[in-house]
Amino acid sequence: MKETIAAISTALGVGAISIIRISGPESIEKVNTIFKGKDLNTAESHTINYGYIIDKNSEVIDEVLISIMKAPKTFTTEDIVEINCHGGIATTKKVLELVLSTGIKLAEEGEFTKRAFLNGRIDLLKAESIMDLINSKSENSRKQAIEILNGSLSRKISSLRFQILEKIITVIEVNIDYPEYDDIEIMTKEKVKNELISIKKQLEKIIQESENGKILKNGINTVIIGRPNVGKSSILNRLLDEEKAIVTDIEGTTRDIVEGNITISGVELNIFDTAGIRKTQDIVEQIGVNKSFEYIDKADLIISVFNNNEELNAEDLEILDKIKEKNKIIVINKADLKQKINLDNLGNNIVFTDTISDNGIEQLKERIVSMFNLDKLEKSDYSYLNNARQISLAKEAYEIIIGVENQIDSEIPLDMLEIDIKNAWEVLGKIIGETYEEELLDQLFKQFCLGK
Amino acid sequence: MKYDIIIVGGGHAGCEAALASARLGNNTILVSSNIKNIADMPCNPSIGGPAKGILVREIDALGGEMANNIDHSCIQVKMLNTKKGPAVRALRAQGDKVLYPKEMLNTMNNTKNLTILENMVEDLIIEENKVKGIILEDSTKIEAKAVVLTTGTYLKSVILCGDKKTESGPHDERPSKFLSENLKKYGFTIQRLKTGTPPRIARESIDFSKLKEEPGDQKEWTFSFFNKPLYKYQNQISCYLTYSTENVHKIIMENLSKSSMYGGYVEGIGPRYCPSIEDKVVKFSDKEKHQLFLEPESKFYDDIYLQGFSTSMPHDIQEKMVHSLPGLENAKILKYAYAIEYDAIDPLQLKNSLETKIISNLFTAGQINGTSGYEEAAAQGLIAGINASQKINNKEPLILKRNEAYIGVLIDDLITKGTKEPYRMLTSRAEYRLLLRHDNADIRLSKYGHEIGLIDDNKYKIFEDKLNNIDQLFQELDNIKLTPTEETNKKLEKYETAQLKDGITLKEFLKRPEITFDTLKELGFIFDYNDDVKEQVEINIKYEGYIKKANKEAEKLLDLDKTKIPEDINYDKIPNLASEGRQKLMKIRPETVGQAARISGVNPADITILLIYLKKENKND
Repeated sequence: MKETIAAISTALGVGAISIIRISGPESIEKVNTIFKGKDLNTAESHTINYGYIIDKNSEVIDEVLISIMKAPKTFTTEDIVEINCHGGIATTKKVLELVLSTGIKLAEEGEFTKRAFLNGRIDLLKAESIMDLINSKSENSRKQAIEILNGSLSRKISSLRFQILEKIITVIEVNIDYPEYDDIEIMTKEKVKNELISIKKQLEKIIQESENGKILKNGINTVIIGRPNVGKSSILNRLLDEEKAIVTDIEGTTRDIVEGNITISGVELNIFDTAGIRKTQDIVEQIGVNKSFEYIDKADLIISVFNNNEELNAEDLEILDKIKEKNKIIVINKADLKQKINLDNLGNNIVFTDTISDNGIEQLKERIVSMFNLDKLEKSDYSYLNNARQISLAKEAYEIIIGVENQIDSEIPLDMLEIDIKNAWEVLGKIIGETYEEELLDQLFKQFCLGK
Repeated sequence: MKYDIIIVGGGHAGCEAALASARLGNNTILVSSNIKNIADMPCNPSIGGPAKGILVREIDALGGEMANNIDHSCIQVKMLNTKKGPAVRALRAQGDKVLYPKEMLNTMNNTKNLTILENMVEDLIIEENKVKGIILEDSTKIEAKAVVLTTGTYLKSVILCGDKKTESGPHDERPSKFLSENLKKYGFTIQRLKTGTPPRIARESIDFSKLKEEPGDQKEWTFSFFNKPLYKYQNQISCYLTYSTENVHKIIMENLSKSSMYGGYVEGIGPRYCPSIEDKVVKFSDKEKHQLFLEPESKFYDDIYLQGFSTSMPHDIQEKMVHSLPGLENAKILKYAYAIEYDAIDPLQLKNSLETKIISNLFTAGQINGTSGYEEAAAQGLIAGINASQKINNKEPLILKRNEAYIGVLIDDLITKGTKEPYRMLTSRAEYRLLLRHDNADIRLSKYGHEIGLIDDNKYKIFEDKLNNIDQLFQELDNIKLTPTEETNKKLEKYETAQLKDGITLKEFLKRPEITFDTLKELGFIFDYNDDVKEQVEINIKYEGYIKKANKEAEKLLDLDKTKIPEDINYDKIPNLASEGRQKLMKIRPETVGQAARISGVNPADITILLIYLKKENKND
């Protein structure tokens, strides 16, 4: 049976509709498990189905259209599902992660085309060029992988694998193959449990670091929000140090999202200015307001601006409600004017800025540095798990370990649980791209004195 | 003289090959240099154990002889790993070194179509890369359609003991001096391997009061699925346990350079899993003692095999070493330990069927292929015998997959990875060990044994009845419901299992790890089925999730095995293969894309390129 594979098949761009394509025998069944709408298993071939992608907790991630195309009349001649996402980059990635979490594998470069060819869909003449393509792509990605992974994280994964091998797998295997050696330690569930706890912690850390790595690579998506005319654009400009957004006294000037980048402590800050949030009759402006709310959901950081010179009104309170779960800094602008705002309900992550000078901007930057521990991120070390495949493998290994941990106190024998542990070990091996098949046997005979 | 199939060698591989060939109706001759040594056990007196015991059951399920033969000649039997999961359990028997060969020879003498000849084989008759027969040392020619070589350790064997090197096989037998030279001439790569055996001690000279007794199980077992136990557990002979001491280690270290190994007299590569005592002392110097088992060799004579004490020290040092062991202070050594070197071919030159790639209709099995162990030899012998027969009768070879049998793992490992040391079967070599259990070898393989013709209809009927019973028991368990009454839940308290909230079938109930058929019996549900039927049902219910997962994994990985690679493929003509991958592919010449993917150094991109190339070639045809 062929594996089912998935990938984002459209170019990534802000606001564009993106399509995630899934091909293989389990595509319909697996996507159905993360879909709220009609039962896709019963959907006719070549139909488009409306509904939602939901996560494990049944939370809606995106509103989607799903095309079902059943074998053999498809590009790859296998069952194909295409998910049309509407939520922009972050959401599309999230949907892809969900798809992968069902056990579907991330497609390799050119894999759909490869399948199409192998299943007889593509003209013979293209064969050579596909082979060229696969070769160069794989060579490139191999090089890339090596470059990316020769740092400390690769060492961490190697040493984690070695720990699993030496402390658990080898001992259990030796107990199986040499049951009568009384001088070999007998692996107990208690010992395995302790090892698993340590392994789990390290894996958690690796995954966490890869999230940090993401920040290093992709930057921090920062959204500036606030009611109209509280000074969002001037804050942006001061951060960017240039006149990018139009600053006027007329409310509602910034309707489009203006983007700018600055570097703080070596990390990119992607700043999105938004239209002022207020109740409006203007349809064009309303679109801008809605977009602002959309951006709040996707942001890593929210800079929420309030006017020092005015009391909080209903719109401010609505904003505060929208961002209460988010990573945020409250900026009280126009601090040079008389304070009318009540700070009681604004928390303590507050920075004061004024309208006529750069006062407070440095503080704002410092606050960002400390929130994301940017000064502590190891920036010279770019060896984090950088792509979805690697992160999904690390998470897969993590899930397997959790699964074993949950079962360890049951009556299931250790050698059965070890099958899963070995699986986690192999999955980790895929991240660093090195699985040496004799590794286990070598370790077995190195670690123990065996034989007759 | 003219036969259908010739078997060269009468060890465990040769016996299985000869019996399979003859039983399949081929006029068969087995040539052995000494009939007395047919089915001989020149090293340890045991058969089975982890992984190996499963090989023996597989041989039985396919219609081979080893399981039946050891059932008739064992002096002690143990089920190992009973406290672990079902996937790793295995039987091991102490075999009687007199009875085992006697039983085997008896079976062979009573097999139709089988002739045994005592002679030394020196060369093959080869025409146009096809074997046509053999040439004996007196230049007699025997013609045949296929030849199976099972020469064991006899190819240019040299026995080593200290600085003494003797051209000899085990038991002072004559080695075969010319066959391996001739094989080299035909294009085979010859490698030199080494193994060793420990001293044998006279029973009456051992002080057993200082040793720990290791008795057999208090229950009878059989290797063969078709036999009832042929012994009473009370009549078993015990093994004993002792340990090496610091004094022994001191003697070894002081005399290290006198051993053949450390003195530099050995060129062959020995197995890591079977180190000599001097190796153990040197490589694990922090260990104060090493475990040694004393195993009786036969009830007809007094030799005790000192397992764990194989050495190539000269005799006088061996005396000192043995006498420093607790319980062996006054031991009389009946046979000194020795190391043995011998020639083997490179198994990369073999096909999946065990036919050689260079010479057609020539098959090899056992130590000549670089393996070690009676069970590994017998398994290959059986497959080589079957496939020699299939070949000359124009039938498809029997090829077992890695998820079907340890035999499949063994052969695939040999022909795909080759081996640099004598290859021993280990549980860790099988990635699908959960599927390859000793208890289900018949379910996995009897169909093949029957199809080929080694399992007759009567035996097959017994097997089919078992399958039917398994189905029936499954259904019964599915049809009976356990209701959550107060009374039932009260009874359940005793078993530390969750209380019932809803009614569940007995099948679901049995899924709970702490619940067994014994629990069901105590709850009043009695099922009148044999234990082996219940065992199958219970394992399949309890580990259903694991088994399904393993099956799915296996299917995915073995999908590539469906694509065959033509024998005459020219790898130079395939653009874009990475150079390491290309070299490996050219050397090993895998038969399927799956096998290619298992070669280390052949990367996934190479496999894709190979698949595309094959697809393209197919279309062009």
